[in-house]
Amino acid sequence: MTTVTTTELPRLLPRDGRQPEDYRAHMARHGAIPYRGGAGSLIGDIQEAGLRGRGGAAFPAHRKLAAVLAAATKRRVRSVVIANGAESEPASEKDATLLWLAPHLVLDGLQLAVEAVGAERAILYTHADRARDVGQRLRVALGERRGDRVAVHLAAAPPRFLSGQETALTNHLGGGPAIPTFTPPRITERGLGSAPTLVQNVETLAHLALIARYGPRWFRQVGTRNEPGSLLVTVRRGDGRPRIVEVPFGVPLASLLRELGHDAAVLVGGYHGTWLPASQAATIRLDNESLGGAGASVGAGLLVALPGDRCGVVETARVVRYLALESAGQCGPCLNGLPRMSAALTALATGTATGRAAASARADLERWAGLVTGRGACHHPDGTARFVRSALRTFAGEFAAHERGRCGAANSAPCLPVPRAAAQAEEDWL
Amino acid sequence: MSEKLLVNPIECDGHGACAELLPEMITLDEWGYPVIDGRPVPPGLERDARAAVNACPKLAIHLVPAP
Repeated sequence: MTTVTTTELPRLLPRDGRQPEDYRAHMARHGAIPYRGGAGSLIGDIQEAGLRGRGGAAFPAHRKLAAVLAAATKRRVRSVVIANGAESEPASEKDATLLWLAPHLVLDGLQLAVEAVGAERAILYTHADRARDVGQRLRVALGERRGDRVAVHLAAAPPRFLSGQETALTNHLGGGPAIPTFTPPRITERGLGSAPTLVQNVETLAHLALIARYGPRWFRQVGTRNEPGSLLVTVRRGDGRPRIVEVPFGVPLASLLRELGHDAAVLVGGYHGTWLPASQAATIRLDNESLGGAGASVGAGLLVALPGDRCGVVETARVVRYLALESAGQCGPCLNGLPRMSAALTALATGTATGRAAASARADLERWAGLVTGRGACHHPDGTARFVRSALRTFAGEFAAHERGRCGAANSAPCLPVPRAAAQAEEDWL
Repeated sequence: MSEKLLVNPIECDGHGACAELLPEMITLDEWGYPVIDGRPVPPGLERDARAAVNACPKLAIHLVPAP
C-alpha cells in the first residue's frame, strides 16, 4: 500500500485547475491499479472506510458489494458491474465533471469492483445529451488504458429523470425502456440478464479506487465519524453557472453558499430533495446527521440558493410540473397524484387560485403528498412529495401572499433548470 | 408464520376487488387504487385476505412472509 502523507483536497478532481487528467497524468499521480488478486478481498477495506454511495441514497457501498458477491457465489454465476453516471438531476453536474476531469479514477474503480464481486461484464452508463461530450472523452480514456481485466462497454442513458434509477437502467440495458421495475427481486440478486448486478455511482467508484490504494485510515482522515471522506457538490446560486467543489462531509453550508444573508431559501439534495429557509441553512452542516435534523439529506450533493428576489412557489410549481411529466406512469398513485399536485401548484403560482380555493389547494397538496408516499415501484412519488411538502413549509409566507393574489418576487426569470422536453411517448424511454 | 399484504403497483390497475373483500385492511384512494395496511394480517382475517389476493384480475396483490 502506498504511503501518502497529504490528505488535503481535492482527492478526486485534478489538483491543478480544470485540466482533464489523461492516463499519463493519472498514472503519475496514483500509479497502477492495485488489484487484490481475488474476489472479496477489497470489500473489508470498503467497510472499514465507511464508504457510502454518492448517487443519492447514501447506502453503504460494502453491503451492495457483499450482496452481489454472495448471490453470484451461491448461484455459481458471474455477476455484472454497472458504473452509473446517468446524473438525471437537471441541476447536478458533479458526475459529468468527474467523468470529464478524472475518467481514469472512475475506470479504475470499475475494474476493482469487477474483481471484488467476481464479475465478467462491466458497463459505464452515462447521459449523452449533456453540454460536454462525456461519451467521446470516455472512449479516448478507454483507448489510453493498459491492464484492464474486463472490457468496458459504454452505454447511453435516455434523457429522462428516472433513467439513472437502478432498476430502470437495468431494464434499459437489457433492451427495454428506462423505467423502473418492481422489486423484489433486488438487482443484487437478479439484475441484468438475471445475473447478480452491482450498480454504483461513478463518484462512489472513484472513492473506491482511492481506498484500494491508500487505505481506510487515509479515507477517514477527512469527513465526519459517521460519514467519512469527501464528496463532490454542485453549488448553484440563482440561474448562475454551477460550481463543482470537492469538500469533506460536515462543512458548514454557509461556507459553500456565501450570500445566504441575501437568499430566500436553499434547495438541498436535488429535485427529490428539500427546501430549507436560508436562515436555517446557515446553521447546518453538509452531512446527513446535521441535515437530517432539518428533515433534509445530502442526496445527490446538490445545493441551490434561491436569491431573495425570486418566488419559491413559482420555482416549485415549475419543477413539480417537470417531475409529474417525468413519471413513468406505471403506478396509479404516481400517475394520478403527481399531475394533481402539479395542477394545484400551478394554480397557486399563477394566481388562478386565490382565497378559499387557494387554501383548499394547499390542503389538497398536503393530502396528496401523504397519499402517494411509499406507493410506487420506485421512489419518484416519495421524492416529489418530500419536495412539495418542504416547499409548503419553507415558502409558507409566499403561499399566503399568493392566496391573497400577490407575489413578492421582483424577478420572474426562471431559476432552477428544467429540461423542456418531457416523456410523452414510449419511444422517449428507449 | 404471519403474513402481510404486498401490492405490485405496476401491475395494479385499480379494479378494487381486494378492497371489497378485505375492507378491514384495504381502502381505495380517490383514484381507485388500494391503500394497504402493511401490518401482519391478524388471525381472524387470514381467510378474507386470501380471498382478496385470489380475486385480483391482475394478480397484483400478494401475501408475503411478514418479518
